[in-house]
Formats: sequence, C-alpha cells, structure tokens
Amino acid sequence: MIEIKKLSKAYPLADGELIAVRDIDLTINDGEIFGIIGLSGAGKSTLVRCINFLERPTSGEVIIDGQSLGELSKRELLKTRQNIGMIFQGFNLLEQRNVVKNVCYPLEIAGAKRADALRRAVELLELVGLSDKAKAYPSQLSGGQKQRAAIARALAANPKYLLCDEATSALDPDTTASILELMKRINRTLGVTIVIITHEMRVIDSICDRVAVLDNHTVAEIGEVREIFSNPKSEIARRFVLPEKRNAPNVTENGAIRIIFNGENSDKPIISNLVTECETAVNILHADTRELDGKAFGQMIIRVRDEDRERVKSFLTENNLNFNEI
Amino acid sequence: MSDILVQLWEKGVLQLGIWETVYMTFISAAFAYIIGLPLGIILSITDKGGICELVWLNRLLGIIVNVFRSIPFVILMVAMLPAAKLIVGTSLGNKAMIVTLIIAAAPYVARMAESSVKEVDKGVIEAAQAMGTSSFKIICKVLIPEAKPSLIVGGVISLVTILGYSAMAGTIGGGGLGMIAITYGYQRFNNDIIWICVLLTVIIVQLIQELGMFISRKTDKRVRN
Repeated sequence: MIEIKKLSKAYPLADGELIAVRDIDLTINDGEIFGIIGLSGAGKSTLVRCINFLERPTSGEVIIDGQSLGELSKRELLKTRQNIGMIFQGFNLLEQRNVVKNVCYPLEIAGAKRADALRRAVELLELVGLSDKAKAYPSQLSGGQKQRAAIARALAANPKYLLCDEATSALDPDTTASILELMKRINRTLGVTIVIITHEMRVIDSICDRVAVLDNHTVAEIGEVREIFSNPKSEIARRFVLPEKRNAPNVTENGAIRIIFNGENSDKPIISNLVTECETAVNILHADTRELDGKAFGQMIIRVRDEDRERVKSFLTENNLNFNEI
Repeated sequence: MSDILVQLWEKGVLQLGIWETVYMTFISAAFAYIIGLPLGIILSITDKGGICELVWLNRLLGIIVNVFRSIPFVILMVAMLPAAKLIVGTSLGNKAMIVTLIIAAAPYVARMAESSVKEVDKGVIEAAQAMGTSSFKIICKVLIPEAKPSLIVGGVISLVTILGYSAMAGTIGGGGLGMIAITYGYQRFNNDIIWICVLLTVIIVQLIQELGMFISRKTDKRVRN
C-alpha cells in the first residue's frame, strides 16, 4: 500500500517559490490500477516522482508498506526503489545496450548472477511479446516496442509497484490500446499495483479502477472511475468527463438544445424515440458521447422546428434527461 | 629531392622523427586521459542538475581547468619545465616534453569528456535512479557506456591537438617531426624539409582521424548498421 500524506513540493525561485503540488492525500491499495489525471502543469509528474523520492517532498510523507521513505538512509532508499518499477513517456532505454541487456540492467544493479538475469530477461520479453527483438538496439524499435522493452525492464526486479509517467502519451491510439492491454494483463496476472499518470481520459476509463483528479496542484476529486464518470463533483472532473463546451461548435442559432448524457442507459434509442413520439425532425448539430459500462456520457446539440420545441422539451423531461436551451 | 633529405632518410632521422611524434602523442594522450577523464566526469556530475551536485567543487575545478587552458602552449611548455625536472628528473628531451604535454592536455581532455558525458539523456539517468542505481554505478554503467561514441570522437580531437602541441616541443629540445622541421628546415633555410614534415604530419592526422571516427561509428548503437 502506498500512502501519501499531506505531501507538498515547492521549488525555490529567485523571488519566492514555485509550488508544484500541495497538500496531497492519497492511498493507493495493493493490486489496483490507480490513475492520476490532470492538465499539463497540474503537478502530476512531480507527484509521481515524489512516490519513489526521485523528488524529495518539501513536506509531508510517502509511506510504502508501512515504511516512510523520508526516514530511510540513502542505501535503503535505493533498495526500496528496486521494488518500484517506473516507465516514462520518453521510454528512457539505454541506447548503447540491446533490449535483453536493458532488461538485465535492474538485475545487475540488484547483484543477480549473469545467467539468472538473462533467464529472467528472456522470460519477461516473452511476457511483453518482444522475444524476437531481444538482440535489437532501442534505435531499431518502434515507440510501442520501446515501451514494451521498458515495461519488461521495469518488471525485471519483481517490483510490487509500477509507476507510469505519461507512458502512452507519445504513442498512437492503436499502440496506446495495446500497451494499456499489456498493463492490465500485468496487473491481473502478476498482481503488480500500477499508478498511472496521464492527461488522457481514455487511459483512465480503459484500465483504471480508481482515479484522482488533480487541479491547481492538489487533489480536486478522488474515487472509483465509474463514480467520477457518472457523477463528477469538481469542475475539473466535469471538464474531463463531459466533452468540453469550448470544443463544441459555436452554436448561436436559436432553437438549439443541448442534451447532456449523464450516465443514461445507452441502450435506449433516445433520439429515435424523440423523433417518433414528438413527430418532429431532428437536426444533430454536434455530438460527443462515450460509453462506459453500458452508460452514455457526453452531450449532443440538436435543433428542432420552433413549433415542436415545447413537445421536445417535455419529452426530454419525461425521460430524465438534462438539457438546456442555447 | 634535395640531397639533405636523402641523407636524413638514409641516416634514419626522418623515421625516428615520425616514431617520436607518434610515441609522444600517444603516451601523453594516455596520461592526459588518466587525469582528464575522471576530472571531466567530476565536472559534469557536480554541475547544477548533475547526479552529485556540488557547486563549490565544480566552480573550483572549473577555474583550475580554465587557468591551464588559457595559457598558450608555448608559454606553458617553458613554464612547466621545472615541474618536468621534478617529476622525471630532467628538463630536456622527450621525457620532459611528455610531462608538459600531459599538463597542457589534461584540462583540454577534461572539458571534452565533460561535454560528452553531459550529452547523455537526462531521462536515461533518471530511469537508472528510479531503478535504485547508486551514483557510482550510474557513472560506470550509464554515463560512460552511453557517452562512449562521443568520448571516442573527443579522443580523436584531443590526439590531433596533442600532436600539434608536440611539434612545438621541438623548439625547446623535444624530438619528432617538429624538431626536424625547425632544425633541418627552418634554421638551414631548407624549405623542402619543412614541407616534407608538414606532409608527414598531415598523413598521421588523417590516419588518426579516420581510424577514430570508424571506431566511433562502429561502437555507436544509435545508428542502424
């Protein structure tokens, strides 16, 4: 279990200080995939670096399995870090070592025998699906392959935790999906607790169990992913969950209605029902919805004839849909 | 070709000159690296943002290196003769020249090594730290291996610079092609000899350069072979 208590990190500046994160309280349970989402500059990267003390917090505590990292000696801290794997947006593989030697690296550091390290590395490359690239150098790999190699390396020393700092942000959507799939598999089969830092909602909704939403350098909201999706309380969570208003086309025409899907049953053919029941024609100006566990989230902007408007409004009210007129 | 040139060749003076130049250059470079490489690594890791940030030490070493690097070699060479006498027991000949070459080249090598080590991706160093690597092991397992191709290129540049210095040593009692060009060429008004020495030096530089770059390319795994 990772407990973060009242954690703050500030960097001294010539005039005052730069606050990266402040008053963070989080508990990450064993075996879960925990997401931390925030806009760029919200302090996510600093927060994840505080978890393994790559950045020493200005105040507060990080407690891993009951041990506060701040109380550890330098040597003990290095030992603890071997139990926390980490992967990065930029992959950060050793460019002058081939893939299998990269995976051996943490084992060398931990003092494993060469033969044992090699056996373990081969095993891990099998797990991440990179056996055929064992002898390749990082410069010969694609982004997705590099991240697979980095994941194998991060897992080499059998860590209990895996920290992911924007690990899929440099990858295309297909590759992102396959890397996320791999992380999920690692979590389920090896029981590794995973902490994911991201600015992308789809990363959170595809694999995370719980999520903390960062805003203004601190935690704005924390909870089950499903719960946050269906009922975002903070402004920032709403912005992540509901497609943003500023992304919607600038609808200025009168007669447009914005329907908000706040976790309605997506099986229900709302628009189709609306057309038949109100006997009207609907023009969809904009739609941005996503489905999560069979529920629909998002918004849709439609336009109807003026004479049908009242009927449409009462239909929407009867069906418990949030809407407003533009 | 002038008679004197044939004579010099027949007496083996030219051959000896080539050998002395090569030997002084490589011996000096080897010792300059023994001092300069660790110094360069210390300069890079103690700098702001380095893995062992220690700014006062960085400043101090930086100043010492700069002082030695700002003295023109002809002056440093003469100034260091007493030091040579202290270390090798004589202020004459190749041995003494090697000492002065090392003193002049080590700070240069340190700066070359420092810049090579600083080229190593910060992210890779961070990843190594995240895996629980001690600073010493980061130097041995990350900084030096990752900077290797660049260090080799730096080595080539340093060798060529030391070779140039070694020619100047010919003016105050060192051997080598520089000495031949000055004593047999310049002082006896024989331009042929000067040009032959220039040509031979150019050939040696080309060989070092091409061979060094070939090794650097071969060892660099970042380029697809």
